Amino acid sequence: MGLLSKKDAKLISDPLLDNNPITIQVLGICSALAITAELKASIVMSVAVLFVLGMGNVVISLMRNIIPSKIRIIVQLIVVATLVIIVDLVLKAFAYELSKTLSVFVGLIITNCIIMGRFEAFALANGPWKSFLDGIGNSLGYAVILIIVGFFRELLGSGSLLGIKVLGDPIEKTGVYAFGYENNGFMLLAPMALITVGIIIWVQRSRNTSLIEEN
Amino acid sequence: MGLKEKLHNIKEKGQGKKWLPAFSAFHTFLYTPNETTHSGGHVRAADDLKRTMNTVVLALIPCLIFGMFNTGFQHYEAIGEPVDFLSWEALSLGLIKILPLVVVSYVVGLGVEFIFAIIKGHEVEEGYLVTGMLVPLIVPVDIPLWMLAVAVIFGVVIGKEVFGGTGMNILNPALTIRAFLFFAYPTWMSGDKVWVEGAVERANEIAGGANLDAISGETILGTLAQGNEVAYSVSDMFFGFIPGSVGETSTFLILLAGLFLIFSKIGSWRIMLSSVVGALVMGLLFNGVVDAGWIKESSGFYSLMSTEFWHHLLIGGFAFGVVFMATDPVTASQTNKGKWIYGFLIGFISILIRVFNPAYPEGVMLAILLMNVFAPTIDHYVVQGNVKRRLKRLKAKTV
Repeated sequence: MGLLSKKDAKLISDPLLDNNPITIQVLGICSALAITAELKASIVMSVAVLFVLGMGNVVISLMRNIIPSKIRIIVQLIVVATLVIIVDLVLKAFAYELSKTLSVFVGLIITNCIIMGRFEAFALANGPWKSFLDGIGNSLGYAVILIIVGFFRELLGSGSLLGIKVLGDPIEKTGVYAFGYENNGFMLLAPMALITVGIIIWVQRSRNTSLIEEN
Repeated sequence: MGLKEKLHNIKEKGQGKKWLPAFSAFHTFLYTPNETTHSGGHVRAADDLKRTMNTVVLALIPCLIFGMFNTGFQHYEAIGEPVDFLSWEALSLGLIKILPLVVVSYVVGLGVEFIFAIIKGHEVEEGYLVTGMLVPLIVPVDIPLWMLAVAVIFGVVIGKEVFGGTGMNILNPALTIRAFLFFAYPTWMSGDKVWVEGAVERANEIAGGANLDAISGETILGTLAQGNEVAYSVSDMFFGFIPGSVGETSTFLILLAGLFLIFSKIGSWRIMLSSVVGALVMGLLFNGVVDAGWIKESSGFYSLMSTEFWHHLLIGGFAFGVVFMATDPVTASQTNKGKWIYGFLIGFISILIRVFNPAYPEGVMLAILLMNVFAPTIDHYVVQGNVKRRLKRLKAKTV
């Protein structure tokens, strides 16, 4: 990357794999379980978190020298809340159906541990440009997992992707349904999202054994 | 040189080769190995793991054969051309329908175990021998084979291999497989069509315009959950001439198998007895509520609540689950006191789920899985309690 120095590029690439917020740090699990039954919802959620975390990191980083450390959590919460309300209103205005599917979970971005975690761990100690890159990197890492989980859950659970029936029509019995295939209802339930995340963690650790903690 | 020596020589030559685990799995299945089991967290006896497993499989065979007869019997009964229970027609239909289930269960399950054994480079464990026989007995006879295969892969990988293989699993693998099927494909695991062979097919033909009578094969639990009268006599329930999952209908044969397991000291009599006590207590409580008039007859729970408390032991998969699954030495409690608590709660919760959750008419599966999760906690407190009592005794002595 010519645009970024090696150190800066690492801020983006690290959270994608070896320091992924979901699979390595195990943060932000609640939303990964709750809204990944459809691919579309996972993508929108990822974009929302991308916006909130990127912007929030910059704002916190700019204010880092004037925030009294005793009330920093409150300040951080106000920043996230403001950004989340913007996202929520935009969704309600331009994508009402989707905002209904995501329901309370857009509001709950406020409590997404990834965001508070990055504020505390990174933005309070680094400049705005670096913080921005860190925010983008972490939310992309979050997005990758959400989209993988959403992909498999929608494909196997509803037989569709982004609402398009890629496997055929289950009622008309076309496509693979003609051979007796049936959708796996378990994929639509939250436990299966947890198991899918678990399988991703398993695959990742067996490919990169240095990630396995010592007992 | 006999076959036995030849196989043994191959094993000697193959030390350290990749295919050895797969080979020696076959070898030790055919012949008594000259090694004893030295792994697996649940081996608490000088016994070989394989002998334990084989005993349980032996106890399951009568249930399997009865299931074959019953499959044919129920089918011909439902289409209105009844045949004798012990007839070739009944058996042949059962054979055609149930052997594929057994084959799929074993081939897929052992296949997964072989793959994992080769990847990890350890010996193939015998854990699947029992699971593979349990699985075809606890599913409806008409379950599509590919669904069974998917569920077996899920159950063996997620239920067992991720925890470290045989002896390390938290949940009973056979029940994990059934629970997966239940939540993934509920239309094939509940309702009034799947329990009698051919009913689903018949329903599809009728939907397609054929002029036939629908076959209904409601289980007794399903009938009760809907508040209808049960048409089967108590002796039918006891001997198992009722629709249900393949091998769980005959309480009589399960009782014999249970006694066999108790006398061969493979199954824990504490767990079996306390589960039955737990179920009876819960059943009596519900009967008491009905007798006291605290529940209206119009209530959806009334018919299951007012079922004679001891009928609960005869219907559904309760007996099968208690004898063969609750006693699984890996996932049950290990301490004697823990076994009483574990078993009692299984019986208690089974009947609770049966009555209050008509969507999941078979409570015993969920009850056992739930108690599997709590078994280590129960053991922990039993052990701690014992330590505390002995410390007190020691103190009293020294003072």
